[in-house]
Amino acid sequence: MNISRRHFLILLPAAAAAWDCVLAGTPEAAPNYTLTKHWWGMLVDISKCIGCGNCVRACATENGVPDGYFRTWVERYHVSDYDLPNPTVDSPDGGKNGFPPILGAGGKNFFVPKMCNHCADSPCTQVCPVGATFITPDGVVVVDKKYCIGCRYCIQACPYGCRFLNPKTQTAEKCTLCYHRITKGLTTACCEACPTGARQLADLKNPNDPIHAFLRTHSVQVLKPYMATGAKLFYNDLDGSVR
Amino acid sequence: MPVQGYMYPDEVELAWSILVVLYPFITGLVAGAFILASLERVFRVEAVKPTYRLALLTALAFLIVAPLPLQLHLGHPERSFEMYLTPHRSSAMAMFGFVYLWYLMAVLVLEIWLDFRRDIVLLSQRTKGLKRFIYRVLTLGSTNISENALRIDERIGYIITVIGIPSAFLLHGYVGFIFGSVKANPWWSSPLMPVVFIFSAMVSGIAVVLLIYMFSSWYRKQKIDMRCVDAIARYLFYTFLIDFSLEMLDLVHRIYEADESFRSLDFMVHTRLYLSQVVIQIYIGTLAPIALLALTQLLKLGQKTRKRIYAVAGSLTLVGIFAMRWNVVIGGQLFSKSFLGYTTYKMGFAAKEGMLSAILLTLLPFAILWVLVKLLPPWPGSEPVVTGGPAPALGDD
Repeated sequence: MNISRRHFLILLPAAAAAWDCVLAGTPEAAPNYTLTKHWWGMLVDISKCIGCGNCVRACATENGVPDGYFRTWVERYHVSDYDLPNPTVDSPDGGKNGFPPILGAGGKNFFVPKMCNHCADSPCTQVCPVGATFITPDGVVVVDKKYCIGCRYCIQACPYGCRFLNPKTQTAEKCTLCYHRITKGLTTACCEACPTGARQLADLKNPNDPIHAFLRTHSVQVLKPYMATGAKLFYNDLDGSVR
Repeated sequence: MPVQGYMYPDEVELAWSILVVLYPFITGLVAGAFILASLERVFRVEAVKPTYRLALLTALAFLIVAPLPLQLHLGHPERSFEMYLTPHRSSAMAMFGFVYLWYLMAVLVLEIWLDFRRDIVLLSQRTKGLKRFIYRVLTLGSTNISENALRIDERIGYIITVIGIPSAFLLHGYVGFIFGSVKANPWWSSPLMPVVFIFSAMVSGIAVVLLIYMFSSWYRKQKIDMRCVDAIARYLFYTFLIDFSLEMLDLVHRIYEADESFRSLDFMVHTRLYLSQVVIQIYIGTLAPIALLALTQLLKLGQKTRKRIYAVAGSLTLVGIFAMRWNVVIGGQLFSKSFLGYTTYKMGFAAKEGMLSAILLTLLPFAILWVLVKLLPPWPGSEPVVTGGPAPALGDD
């Protein structure tokens, strides 16, 4: 290949830019990770959750979540058998430090971990005016904080209340399903910290993932199915009173 | 008590503040003022002619300010141009920039320029110094004011107004769609929302032009053209009736359907929104002005009384429409999407998104209008007159 002086001069700036990337280093290796081979979701087994708050703390530490805001939180439901449609719910500091003694006698009590549902048809990505929030080819809804204009339309559009405006970056923030971890073969911080295995990362495209056996043998539900968001946060043992 | 019941933890702090209340309020005034102006131009309602040019300048003054509350509200205003460069086509909000620019440049500015072009050319010849320079720039080099040229101006102006009416509907109907299309929020999610927004915009725009016209006549010590204000008040009355009927239809539908969100919304209307929704929006801001305007339609009242009634009804109307925007934007965030709890809106005073910013942004359009009126007097009979025979062809373009 003959490169004339003219072509060489044209290529020079491109080469300089490429060299910058070389110096910056390649992204940390994610061996054998192919985006299109995965479709991520999560399984939450309500009957296993003990409300310890480990997941909330692990998430906050792993992702530097500012105080008072939550990428994940745990709710405690108290449902009276005399008033099923009106449960009493609390989540002190997002359940980060566990829960105080039970609210009332009678009825049933259970914990519900909440986080982004990584919806396949997510309303938040639909409304973002600049496309700063998007769904990755492997099914994770993320926000490009270098692109987000901070309009907060996505916060309004999320039916599950899973987004907030980071007061430091002034951009929308939410659970990334620990994308930096799962693309390296690790599980999420919340799943790793859960002492009872109430949270299980699920790869719906992987035929060997235990999620498939679980989905075949259990009655699982998603939150607010009437919203038709294609939520991928599957709940086992979900009570009808949970919103 | 800031939180009552249970809110999802990230819901406690409201995402949209009073600045987002101002945005639909201001764009509503723009759309309404323009629609009033178009009555004269397109539908040949001669009675409202004295307010035609004033309505156009009012619309422009408010349109210039319309994006400012949003800019101030954004976490990264310096990135807002991305909406033009890489708009996300599925986003209702992404089209804002384009709808806004279309309305500002293709409709309003062009129409005002065509309408005032003759005055601008004449003023550019009669004034001196800086004023002369400004008028010369405003002519954009087009100085032909022959009868033929003015006829063409009139023709194009008419076409632009015809395009402008659906554009005004688009501008504000679209703002309604931004809210009405949020399925996560039952307070907003309604196909009626864009229609209600359009009619409430017309109501507020007509009211603001009526008030500005009456105030400016008083300030200039000019006699108010009663035929004009009577006609405007009549349009205000009829539009208000349609607007109120639509809002009541929405309310009745919600009450009768009583879906899962109803208890929550009903509780809110009876508690946290009682003052702003029931008292201010419905009683003071809607029923009172409608009753006052009805009086002027039913009884034969003297001029002085009618003027007073129009002034009070117009002011109450603006209060009511502002309350409506408040109840939509703020009210829609006071309850949890879990329908289990309620939060409170804490508005700072001197904060970036506080009351002071809102007050300044509300006053700014009036300051801009003052400058516009000084530059391009819109009053009937204030047009510069060509002396010495028929209007000459001053240029060859």
